[in-house]
Amino acid sequence: MLAAAVVGLAVVVSVSTLLGAANLGWTRVVQEVWAQLTGGLSPLSANEAAIVWEVRLPRVVLAGLVGAALAVSGAAFQGVFRNPLADPFLLGAAAGAGMAATIVVVAAPQTTGWIIGPLPLAAFAGAVGGVSLTWLLGRSAGGGTAVLLLAGVAVASFLTAVQTFAQQLNTDTIKQVYSWMLGGLNTTGWREVLITLPYIGAAAVVLCLCARLLDVLAVGDEEAASLGINPARVRLIVLLAASLATAAAVAVSGLIGFVGIVVPHVVRLLAGASYRVVVPLSLLGGAMFLIVTDHIARTAFAPAEVPIGVITAFMGAPFFLLVLRMNRGHIR
Amino acid sequence: MTALTLRGVTARYGQKVVTSDVDVTLAPGGWLAIIGPNGAGKSSLLKSIVGVVAHDGEILLDGVPAAALSNRDRAKAIAYAPQTPQLPDRLTVTDYVLLGRTPHLSTLARERPADLRVVSQVLSRLDLGDLAARALYTLSGGERQRAVLARVLAQEARLLLLDEPTTGLDIGHAQALLDLVDRLRHEEGATVVSTLHDLTLSAQYASQLLLLDKGKVVAAGPPEEVLTRATIERHYDARVEVLTTAEGRLVVAPARAKE
Repeated sequence: MLAAAVVGLAVVVSVSTLLGAANLGWTRVVQEVWAQLTGGLSPLSANEAAIVWEVRLPRVVLAGLVGAALAVSGAAFQGVFRNPLADPFLLGAAAGAGMAATIVVVAAPQTTGWIIGPLPLAAFAGAVGGVSLTWLLGRSAGGGTAVLLLAGVAVASFLTAVQTFAQQLNTDTIKQVYSWMLGGLNTTGWREVLITLPYIGAAAVVLCLCARLLDVLAVGDEEAASLGINPARVRLIVLLAASLATAAAVAVSGLIGFVGIVVPHVVRLLAGASYRVVVPLSLLGGAMFLIVTDHIARTAFAPAEVPIGVITAFMGAPFFLLVLRMNRGHIR
Repeated sequence: MTALTLRGVTARYGQKVVTSDVDVTLAPGGWLAIIGPNGAGKSSLLKSIVGVVAHDGEILLDGVPAAALSNRDRAKAIAYAPQTPQLPDRLTVTDYVLLGRTPHLSTLARERPADLRVVSQVLSRLDLGDLAARALYTLSGGERQRAVLARVLAQEARLLLLDEPTTGLDIGHAQALLDLVDRLRHEEGATVVSTLHDLTLSAQYASQLLLLDKGKVVAAGPPEEVLTRATIERHYDARVEVLTTAEGRLVVAPARAKE
């Protein structure tokens, strides 16, 4: 299954790079790639080659990174909270990022010379801040997953209220904020990929290494402790990794819903419930899913782009229902 | 050498004491059944031996203080099945039993072929081979209890702690499960500590009983010494008759009040 997913990802990356809004002809793109590999002559002009290497490929890679981050974080959150409806935004990451992004849009700070724009920076800081606040409040209220969930609800409500207030005071920026919230992947070369890769890459490694421990957490804290692990420590490590990956994804893509819930569940229905399988397959499946949805978002109504969050819901919901139907009678 | 020694063990949740000053010794291969009325502290005492409930006093495993062991070494020595195990419904029986290998793997390592071999042997031993690929939610009550026992056995610990292992089982399944535990005890030298509500089953399977009432040990010793009519009636607030069958087995029968 893992090998099939790797092949699937390679196919999706290739197809999405070969085809795009600009009609370069896929055979010519193949020749360009071959020319780059062998040092031969390319049929593409310099501008056309730049479209492939500096526009399409970074965007495909970024979509893969963001999809992988959201899906694997969703799987991790579901494992930690033993709740199938948990998603990466559960602990205030979305509300924190939304609030910070709104404040930045409203305040419009001068940022000449910054490596990364103020919006992704604020979204990252807001997501990390939201989760940290939830964690601190949850701990001060006694810890435990139920308390943490409730703290997440409280923090999300509060931060959303602040965001709404800031937005109401500056109604002229609503469109910009709304557009960010619907999610989108806008790249400027490889910059976004290079900025997010360390966070998402490190988180992916940690979560894959912790996959077996998520299975152990599923038997409850007392039994998990009797098996020699420290459940609280495992939860902390997993949530930290998943939250960092989510924050990095949110910073460059806004709030893309659905991926964190749908992809892990589809993986469970197709490949089984052990996190030893769910975590790595969610990583690959999430990457594939978002590359495909982003491809549709940027090509379906080219040159206009549809918000990717709309496409994830449009594609994800029917696909999810189809898988549910295929597994009728086997779902608990 | 004793397999398990408790010296003045007082289990507590924060400041609330649930068992006080429990002393007991259990030889290797022995079966200690902790009995007592509801709320006597049976499960809490078991959990303090596992290390998941705080306690004062000393717990020795094969003469070594349990407190000196790392979490993983303690888990290699003690396997525990709670009264109501939380079974991840969609996990397969194999994946669930594989969790028992956790103490034998370093924290972030994956299972090795040797671990899969142990799981396979345990599944065969418990007649779960045909159910290996089935999801836990598809199993019957008896099969689920056997899966839990398989998870415990996959841990390859010397001491098995079973909290009410026959909960929810009919008399046939309960006997089958206890027979299995007894075989393990005799064939592999496992030492067993269990809590049991059923006094007749306790008398017939355990080598030693520990009667707790309100957190204190009120009787301890072989079943025929502990399970007297007067002791049971006093501590359980019940009316019983204690009978001995022709084969010499103890039976504790409830006796209805006369009209």
